[in-house]
Amino acid sequence: MEVAVPAVLVVVALAVAGSVSGSGVAFALAGVAVLVAALLWRFVGRRYGSWGYAEREDDLLVRRGVMFARLSVVPYGRMQFIDVTAGPLERAFGLATVRLHTAAAATDARIPGLERDEAARLRDRLAELGEAQAAGL
Amino acid sequence: MTGGAPAGWQRLHPLSPVVRGGRATIAIGFLLIPIALGSDTLSNATPQIVVVSVLALGGFVSWLVTRWRIEDDGLRIETGLLRRQSLRFPLAQVQAIDVVRPGLARMFRVAELRLRMAGSSGATARLAYVAEREVEPLRDRLLALARGARRDEAVSLAATEGEPANAEEQVLATVATGPLVASVVLENGWLIAILAGLLAGFAVSPGTVGRVLGGGGFVWAISMVTFLWRRFNQQYRLTVAEGPDGLHLRGGLVALTAEVIRPGRVQAVRLVEPMLWRPLGWCRLEVDVAGRQRSKGEGEAQRGQLRALLPVGSRALAIELVDRLMPDRPRELSPPPRRVLWKSPLRYRALSWGRSETCVATTSGRLRRATCWVPLEKAQSLRHVQGPVQRRLRLATVHVDTAGRAVHATLRDRDVGEAAAALADLTDLARAARRRSAFA
Repeated sequence: MEVAVPAVLVVVALAVAGSVSGSGVAFALAGVAVLVAALLWRFVGRRYGSWGYAEREDDLLVRRGVMFARLSVVPYGRMQFIDVTAGPLERAFGLATVRLHTAAAATDARIPGLERDEAARLRDRLAELGEAQAAGL
Repeated sequence: MTGGAPAGWQRLHPLSPVVRGGRATIAIGFLLIPIALGSDTLSNATPQIVVVSVLALGGFVSWLVTRWRIEDDGLRIETGLLRRQSLRFPLAQVQAIDVVRPGLARMFRVAELRLRMAGSSGATARLAYVAEREVEPLRDRLLALARGARRDEAVSLAATEGEPANAEEQVLATVATGPLVASVVLENGWLIAILAGLLAGFAVSPGTVGRVLGGGGFVWAISMVTFLWRRFNQQYRLTVAEGPDGLHLRGGLVALTAEVIRPGRVQAVRLVEPMLWRPLGWCRLEVDVAGRQRSKGEGEAQRGQLRALLPVGSRALAIELVDRLMPDRPRELSPPPRRVLWKSPLRYRALSWGRSETCVATTSGRLRRATCWVPLEKAQSLRHVQGPVQRRLRLATVHVDTAGRAVHATLRDRDVGEAAAALADLTDLARAARRRSAFA
């Protein structure tokens, strides 16, 4: 999404500029931009498809990445805190990102693009499970 | 120690500000020499005297407003004149307790007590400084309390005070000075060569070298010398002993440190064999404990460094220590598939991994061979990562993340099927290990 929105804006701006000035160059550029946008769309689509998470009995599975496919297993008992963030763009679409933190800095469990209600539900559910299964260091 | 403080509150040693000043104190001493010798007239020395008295007053005030006390299950430190701070450190989270004695502190017979805490903020409780004869009993008392707090027993102060200190302590290894010097030189060979080159160049043509040093090189040279010195100073005559409350580490040339690492707090163990050490059959054994940084006063170079159990020693001795720390370590390690040669031709021969019911072991590094052992109950999360090159070769990497500062077990470049199986397998084993340690 962070790629798609600017791409669409660029295409629209170029098309408008082309129709106003009537020059071929702007239209050509707009054509190129459409092509790039189409490629990006595929790219974004694949990227979107790579995101996923699954709540299992004892741990949470988080998957993401196309080039570098990552699958993290985070036991509920190891979660130290969970934060939910929503940038301006995410807020505009009613989305949020949930991020899990453990005592290990390398833990990289991020679930982007959740509906806000789902994000809140997940946060509460994880906090609850984490408390029930909490283990020391 | 001082009267007038309300129940249980104690002050630090009155000489603390002097010792804490460290090099500044020595500099001030030099500043005052001409005055003391009377070669300077008093009017000439007025600025110096003003500076010194302001610093002395500041030190005195900081001492006056700092106090500490042991509470039921924590250590409370209050400090600050304008911005009053009250810090509480729960003893149940203590990872290790160090006693540090810099050169100046030894002169004044005081020592610093450092409580390393768990948690990602990596806070460290520092009591700087306490009188030397009080520091050992205090540490033993804190350790006893920490043990009690962990077992969730109500331990009264009176009951623990009578506990014998260092009841039985079994010395496991001491580092000899000769090998230590040789090892530091060998490991940082290029560094020493550059420094020696600079010195030689200085003797031949001071002008050229002077210009190089002037352009920032001087700062670099000084920092490198400090780095080497610290390393040597910290590891000089380091002794590892096993006591009832954990591993005891003692050593140091000018600054003496004594450290206790509590059992079960070790996040990972790493055995490192730098290339130039290998002909001599030497290696270094390091342990990683939780907490990301050790203290504010430490430089960037030290932050990533681990505590060396054995700064330099034979492989047999190191393996013996590993067996003590991880009795159930995996004996057999399996190499990756041959096609890894296409991806990492140099590293291929060094890669392997193995596991037992409670522990994962991995090796890596062609030039600087490193073997890591991670107890599965310390695993924080597991990750399965596959990059573009790995996908072509049907390979994947599995990471076992720990709360330690630097050591993570990485099962690099395994067959896809094996990696997936290992991920599932290790997840189950880690869960079982966690359960065991929770109910133990």
